[in-house]
Amino acid sequence: MTPFTQHTGLAVRLPGDNVDTDQIIPSREMKTVSKRGLGVGLFAAQRYLPDSQAGERVPNPDFPLNRAESAGATVLIAGRNFGCGSSREHAVWALVDFGIRAVLAESFGEIFYNNCIRNGVLPVQLERATLDALPDRVSIDLKAQTVEDHSFDIAPGAKRMLLEGLDPVALTLEHEDAIAAWECADRAARGWAYV
Amino acid sequence: MPTLFDKIWSDHAVAELPSGETLIAVDRVFLHERTGSVALESMAEAGRAPRRPETVFVTMDHIVSTEADRSDTDARSPGGDVFITATRKAARAAGINLIDVLSPDQGIVHVISPELGIAQPGLTLVCPDSHTCTQGALGALAWGIGSTDAEHAMATGTMRLPKPAQMRITLDGRLRSGVTAKDAVLHIISSLGADGAKRCAVEFAGEAVRAMDMEARLTLCNMAVEFAAFTAIIAPDAVTTDYLRGRRHAPKGEQWDAAVQYWQTLQTDEGASFDHEHRFDAGRIEPTVSWGISPAQAAPISGHVPHTLPDGVADYSGLHGGEAMASLPIGGAFIGSCTNARLSDLRAAAAVLRGRRVADGVEAIAVPGSMAVRRAAEAEGLDAVFREAGFSWNASGCAFCFYAGGDTFAPGTRVISSTNRNFKNRQGPGVRTHLASPAVVAASAVTGRITDPAELQ
Repeated sequence: MTPFTQHTGLAVRLPGDNVDTDQIIPSREMKTVSKRGLGVGLFAAQRYLPDSQAGERVPNPDFPLNRAESAGATVLIAGRNFGCGSSREHAVWALVDFGIRAVLAESFGEIFYNNCIRNGVLPVQLERATLDALPDRVSIDLKAQTVEDHSFDIAPGAKRMLLEGLDPVALTLEHEDAIAAWECADRAARGWAYV
Repeated sequence: MPTLFDKIWSDHAVAELPSGETLIAVDRVFLHERTGSVALESMAEAGRAPRRPETVFVTMDHIVSTEADRSDTDARSPGGDVFITATRKAARAAGINLIDVLSPDQGIVHVISPELGIAQPGLTLVCPDSHTCTQGALGALAWGIGSTDAEHAMATGTMRLPKPAQMRITLDGRLRSGVTAKDAVLHIISSLGADGAKRCAVEFAGEAVRAMDMEARLTLCNMAVEFAAFTAIIAPDAVTTDYLRGRRHAPKGEQWDAAVQYWQTLQTDEGASFDHEHRFDAGRIEPTVSWGISPAQAAPISGHVPHTLPDGVADYSGLHGGEAMASLPIGGAFIGSCTNARLSDLRAAAAVLRGRRVADGVEAIAVPGSMAVRRAAEAEGLDAVFREAGFSWNASGCAFCFYAGGDTFAPGTRVISSTNRNFKNRQGPGVRTHLASPAVVAASAVTGRITDPAELQ
């Protein structure tokens, strides 16, 4: 996983609350069993004109990500409950493939938030007024937990995972002894739970 | 004083991590072909294997065709067959329990997991599917995760979690006749908002919940994610043990007795405190139907669409504001999904449809939640009721609940649906979904407009 330490990049603003993962990547855009190559499907229902055909889809000039001033954006600024709905991690993989490194929003769907952490994308929760006042180029420092001069909260485990680009499975397997001991004791206590 | 959630949490706490997270043991993992395929492949690529493959189950539900004569690779999504074949191959290689397309056990994950007795009180269960909260109805701690976390759960037998906040929602009194768990949960979500239970473990309690059968409880818990809950849970009781007794994966013999003894301890202790508490008077809840593009945008069927529509609703929904809910004409009716496609749901719809016909111009589709539900319904003759009324009668799957490039309704069609999401384009490009109970779907199909079944009596 790509570590996230500091990042300065162009921000694109996506208005609206409750932007669900079906909007971030419609199911029909999930065409292969892979985490890669999903950027083309990002926001597909809004990013392309409705009557354009697959293969030569025409960008919708009104969609924020398509505007000339948004070219090369790496930071997404959104509303409330961003990434609610389906658990599909493809939503984050599509953002990563498109080049997004951080999502700043009023709040997040929980599964989406965790999926961001697992894939090196920093999710930051900020007040609406703070989000509105951010400049077009935004500087984020995860170590200091700041976006420009605003501080933000992040759980220490998630922070370390991002800063160091850690593999959570390897990290957890460091506790192999504790897991094995728990299983041994639990098998004795809850025999019915074992198949 | 511990809550029900506290008890299951502490019984599964393997270690407190320096990060502030807890390492929680995972008893069961369920996968499906849409998001599980990539988890299985990625785990194999990393040279890892499931720690306890006998505790991992995978079903084919999301993009399988629901045509009655489907083959074992027919998908309803372009390129979808690859998800089916890749899942099958990876599942066999990993030695996990595979419930394949043509298995008599096939069905929607949150329907078959309870049906086969895989979800049980006091177990932890994860699945890369947001509606995993459904299974909390049995008193399991079951929650939805991403594919990477599914890999983690399989490879380590655990999840790393910060402990969520806790909310109790008490439904006092009884639901009125003709009012269902679906109406109750739509009412709750519309009252609390689409992020009303953000990151909370929600316990549903109260007289109306105790009075619900297991299938109604599954419907209630199913939609917890639609108001941003971490998950939902209901304390196990006689309804739960009666439901599980004799099911294939439920404990047997002495183990059953030991399990039931433990399950009886699984309730919130008197005096336990929650971070948030809400109470609702069940007797005041009416049949409820969504009107907007979020499940929180719902109103009593006797009520009206708000005069002032929130952003994005007018453009998508074709509504102007102020319409009577029961005046809205529909072009599609759908009964299916992990929310409302169990036997009791089909019975409720069939009771309305018996001796009636779907209105001209309404495309009506029924997709039972599992092949076992389909067989049980056919044994009662319900398939004939649906067919004679003008509904299609399909094989089981998630078809029509979300659009994957195949099954859908014509763009712009207003569809009354027993599903859980009315998001823009969820059931297909431009499809205008209104969420409702199976009985309301059936009554609306008959009249061609959103209709309270009481009107037809």
